[in-house]
Amino acid sequence: MSELPPFVLYFIAALLVAVTRGTVRQVILLATPLIAGLHLWFNIDAGVIVTHSIMSYELTAMRADKLGLLFAYLFCIASFIASIFSLHLKDTKQHVAGVMYAGSAVGAVLAGDLITLFIFWELLAVSSVFLIWARSSERAFKAGMRYLVFQVLSGLLLLAGALVYYHDTGSLAFDHIGLDMGVAGWLIFIAFGIKAAFPFLHGWLIDGYPEATVTGMVFLTAFSTKVAVYALARGFAGEEILVYIGVTMACFPLFYAAIENDLRKVLAYCLINQMGFMVTGIGIGTALALNGVVAHAFSHVIYKGLLFMTVGAVLYRAGSINGSDLGGLYKSMPKTTVLGIVGALAIAFPLFSGFISKSMVMSALMYGDYGYLWLLMLFASAGVFHLAGIKVPYFAFFAQDSGIRTEEAPRNMLVAMSLAAALCLFIGMQPQYLYALLPWEAEYWPYDVTHVLAQLQLLFFSALAFVWLNKKGLYPLGLPSVNLDMEWFYRKLLPVGVRRAVLFLRSAKESALTAVTVPMQGIQSVFSQSSVAKYYLSESWPTGSMVFWISIILAAYLLLGIFG
Amino acid sequence: MSDENEKTYLFDKPENVERLLKWFYGACILLVVADFVFHRHIGFGWEEIPAFYAIYGFVACVVLLIIAKKMRKIVMRKENYYDE
Repeated sequence: MSELPPFVLYFIAALLVAVTRGTVRQVILLATPLIAGLHLWFNIDAGVIVTHSIMSYELTAMRADKLGLLFAYLFCIASFIASIFSLHLKDTKQHVAGVMYAGSAVGAVLAGDLITLFIFWELLAVSSVFLIWARSSERAFKAGMRYLVFQVLSGLLLLAGALVYYHDTGSLAFDHIGLDMGVAGWLIFIAFGIKAAFPFLHGWLIDGYPEATVTGMVFLTAFSTKVAVYALARGFAGEEILVYIGVTMACFPLFYAAIENDLRKVLAYCLINQMGFMVTGIGIGTALALNGVVAHAFSHVIYKGLLFMTVGAVLYRAGSINGSDLGGLYKSMPKTTVLGIVGALAIAFPLFSGFISKSMVMSALMYGDYGYLWLLMLFASAGVFHLAGIKVPYFAFFAQDSGIRTEEAPRNMLVAMSLAAALCLFIGMQPQYLYALLPWEAEYWPYDVTHVLAQLQLLFFSALAFVWLNKKGLYPLGLPSVNLDMEWFYRKLLPVGVRRAVLFLRSAKESALTAVTVPMQGIQSVFSQSSVAKYYLSESWPTGSMVFWISIILAAYLLLGIFG
Repeated sequence: MSDENEKTYLFDKPENVERLLKWFYGACILLVVADFVFHRHIGFGWEEIPAFYAIYGFVACVVLLIIAKKMRKIVMRKENYYDE
């Protein structure tokens, strides 16, 4: 049994989901992550390796170790919760895409070589885009296209990197790669970087995620970026540059989150901020830091999922997710409100999951003596709690009553959110179970007076800033608007640039033609008056221009042959 | 769903909001006092500043929001900007 990679279960389930309806399909949707999770837990131990030979290449379909297994458990939990959340749907496309997407993520973190990783990498891209397209509006279709271009590009870079890596080392095994590998290292690094939403490469996430369906968003937040975290942790742990990239990721999105009106976009920016903590930890590369990265990925997927589920439930019931349209929803959605507050507290509060994992990365920064970077990350901790933890629930559920009266979220959504909330509390209060699963050896315990007191001060005063700014009327209110970010380059500059370039080239062509033809006609008229004009053949060009160009090309070949 | 028939909710009464805020301010004060009662381990020099985390958390968020608000002048566009 230990020979069966769990992604196979998911892919079979995706086929079954496509041909079934109603209750049968719901049972399959719920059973798949459960069975795959139990199979992983009981049958697959660290050290199991499954290989296949294809065209003289030895491919490792499954390589189980503590790092990969922990991510695989996480993805089973996440897909179980997301399946419950989307159980009310009747949309075959979304159900199949969700199961395929989760299966690809499980496959990717257990892939033992770069080619297998590449296959799952592209499957992640292709299956996830349907969760955006399923909104079936033209806007979503275009956003999905842009999302897909980035994802596929990331895959192609990975493939190119893998081939160069094979050429250089004669191996395809996916272990530590490092940037010292030269071209191969950088190609793979950038491929991972696109999926991890590095600064300047993050446009797809901000552009694509908020266009997804209510339920699709919950899937999207769990998988792609966390597969990238896993891949970076395995391939590039301890690369100093990642510390700086991570700190940038943790800080700059907050400024956008602060002025963004679409609450799903606020959460998407905060997702990049949390990715920043993980990327920083990977860059530090000590056992404590890397354990912190894995633990934080674990708690982050669950509490961020919870936050996205609550705003998703709001969008589902209220029909909008713009801060400027919402407010006062605690009156009609009290349960969702409470669950949303749990998700908010889970970002960083003691007794909740975010606290026990993020503080590992913070401590690792401190032990590594990264003084100023630590200060910036403290800023990021306070900021993200302020925005995702206070701003989002406040504008959705409290604030000024918008007059919207709706129903509580559907029961399946409430169950999914409650399950996630319970996990947030369990991980936060009993962190030893998660710590026991962490791949590296490092002693850590988050609950001491220093940590708890410092964290509570930071968070309460971050909240106090919210109260004070609101009372003073200084708080940036949600305004219906878009804020220019990286997507501007390919949504505005590129199309406008191409249009301008085409117009410019067209006018250049016309002026060039006139510049040539006018003197030519002049020359011809002079020539026709001259005495040689009576020779008929000399009227036109003696040789066709094609012959001329062929001779140029032949000359180029000759030169290349001589000097190449 | 007319307003007369609707029941009054928790935060419809201003005194409830006031009460919540009083508890909140009380907690903030207690946390600062606790800083002088308990000893915190010090990793970096600046942690020795009394109530360092409280001050930093407050200032960080205010600075964040003020810079972000200024940033709107540069990055904010109309809602249909990309559709034009």
